[in-house]
Amino acid sequence: MSEAIKALTMPKWGLSMKEGKVASWLMQEGTAISPGNEVLEVETEKISSAVEASEGGVLRRIVAQEGETLPVGALLGVIAGANDTSEAIDAFVAEFQKNYVPPADGDDDAGPKTEVVEIKGRAIRYLKQGDGGTPLILIHGFGGDLNNWLFNQESLAAKRTVIAFDLPGHGQSSKQVGNANLGELTQVVHDVMDALGVTKAHLAGHSMGGAVALEFALAHPGRVASLTLIASAGLGPEINGGYIDGFIEATGRRDIKPHLEQLFANAELVSRQMINDILAYKRLDGVDAALRGLRDKIFPSGKQATVLRDRLGSLSMPIQVIWGEGDAIVPAKHAQGLPASVKVSVLKGAGHMPQMEAAAEVNKLIEAQLG
Amino acid sequence: MARKITYQQAINEALSQEMSRDPTVIIMGEDVAGGAGTDGEQEAWGGVLGVTKGLYKKFGDRVMDTPITESAFIGAAVGAATAGLRPVAELMFIDFMGVCLDQIFNQAAKFRYMFGGKAETPVVIRTMYGAGFRAAAQHSQCLYPVFTHIPGLKVVMPATPYDAKGLLIQAIRDNDPVIFCEHKVLYTLEGDVPEEPYTIPFGEASVVREGKDVTIVTLGRMVHMATDAADNLAKQGIKCEVIDLRTTSPIDEDTILESVENTGRLVVVDEAHPRCNIATDVSALVADKAFDSLKAPIKMVTGPHVPVPFSDVLEDLYIPNAAKIEAAVRSVMGKKG
Repeated sequence: MSEAIKALTMPKWGLSMKEGKVASWLMQEGTAISPGNEVLEVETEKISSAVEASEGGVLRRIVAQEGETLPVGALLGVIAGANDTSEAIDAFVAEFQKNYVPPADGDDDAGPKTEVVEIKGRAIRYLKQGDGGTPLILIHGFGGDLNNWLFNQESLAAKRTVIAFDLPGHGQSSKQVGNANLGELTQVVHDVMDALGVTKAHLAGHSMGGAVALEFALAHPGRVASLTLIASAGLGPEINGGYIDGFIEATGRRDIKPHLEQLFANAELVSRQMINDILAYKRLDGVDAALRGLRDKIFPSGKQATVLRDRLGSLSMPIQVIWGEGDAIVPAKHAQGLPASVKVSVLKGAGHMPQMEAAAEVNKLIEAQLG
Repeated sequence: MARKITYQQAINEALSQEMSRDPTVIIMGEDVAGGAGTDGEQEAWGGVLGVTKGLYKKFGDRVMDTPITESAFIGAAVGAATAGLRPVAELMFIDFMGVCLDQIFNQAAKFRYMFGGKAETPVVIRTMYGAGFRAAAQHSQCLYPVFTHIPGLKVVMPATPYDAKGLLIQAIRDNDPVIFCEHKVLYTLEGDVPEEPYTIPFGEASVVREGKDVTIVTLGRMVHMATDAADNLAKQGIKCEVIDLRTTSPIDEDTILESVENTGRLVVVDEAHPRCNIATDVSALVADKAFDSLKAPIKMVTGPHVPVPFSDVLEDLYIPNAAKIEAAVRSVMGKKG
């Protein structure tokens, strides 16, 4: 069997994904592909996204047909050299299918698991993937959790340790938010790094998490190897206050759906499962008070309380800013007029969640900065 | 953190967390502590199936054993609720409601209305229902339609451990009388449940499965039968949308109507006897408000109009199952067999 023949398999997006449905192939058999190219669209209960090729070559064989639902790890297609014979491809497929064992039902032990660390009386949930190098820490935004990085963490963890965690008041971390301001959340990043033995890390923050990452870098520049700010707060006063209020006030599926749709350029990404997960989070005791507290301190009266853009130039670590062109929450114009040392990428076809909607591009940009 | 626990543990945890949070929450019922005044209190029984086990040890006299007189202790719980406590009374089997029904439908259900909105009755009555437990005609009924009929009562019937905990916490915090119906066959069912307290609002159905061909509206234990049927039908190319009502009063009309408007076909599955049950109620709702969307007659899958038999063979035949639901779905799809 040729070394160059590679399997393209059903990815595992997030801890709960068991299977995915092949929505459509974006490339035809015989197309040349480079690593990072989007090859096909897959739908899960929670979300749809493109599957990227991790290897370059030619898409020699489409194995999974459109409309088929397959378990994680199942063979979708074959990437190989243009000169590999079709007999060799046939043999590869046969060998793969013979050895492939789909994950068993209730087999939750397989794959990475979240852990909890107690810090100053608060439980902080985190997910650590990968090993080695300077770690990358991922900081989600207002109302989010570590699953906001489901398309990024595993891919970025191929070369280094990547840690995503739930901020207080979010996900499965404690719901006490203390002073509920950026300083409080910045201190949490500091404490999480200490607790996990991380002296220096690359930071990537999304939205409110971007402001947290930036404030942390200003307070502890020696502990930050690089900064990636995605649709970040902290770079201008404007923010969609209607979204923040709507997210807080909504109590049911019908109320919250229009607000969640504002997060994405493609509103169809808001699945019933995504809505259910967010409602289940909002219904935990303490979440409502936490979100209101953070809103009142960080985004009072529909404005951002803290604008740090003038201080960006004082930082010497590499900094990049990534925005979705169609961001309806924090305007993409905040990416303009930054110091020349800051690398700016504005992505077409993405809204406020480019790390989900344009995952391949965002992963590539982070990868490039981290080296 | 979410972890897997059983339906029974989820109910116990909801009670324990609400009793810790709110000192006005008390529990009363037959053997809920395990025989007050006897030596057995360290290993208290915790109700006939042990759902409240361990709570007497944590909360002492706030878990009260009562005499075997439902009329007295359900009445006492209703009275205590009007006087400022939040009692959770355990009416062992829903079949026994006959002896305490006046306290529920003429008293608890009417206070807010008859006292011009000035009286509140935050009582929860937990009760077991349903067949499949080999417990014969007087311990196996699905009498929730009786409570659903009465204005002033809220009627809740969780199908999963997650819903059991969230709906029970909501029931305890609610200021109206709530009849909380637990299917005894579901007590051992495991599922993901967050450790933290949380609530699920009443009147919000859960769409447990999306599909474009047929809407299956169901509740309680039948949700699992309907999901099994939908799994089998999916393999035959028939996509069912399965709706778990979660509460029958209030009922989530919007979710039912929205789904039927999409699918044009309705099968309602209810374990109760076929006359004046939740299946007839939902069928009437759809016939009244979404008739123009229907492409086929509505089908109901229910228990028969007879008492629940004691014979195992007959009891199994009595309970609606996946095969009967599949047949109903195939019939509304215009398929034979």
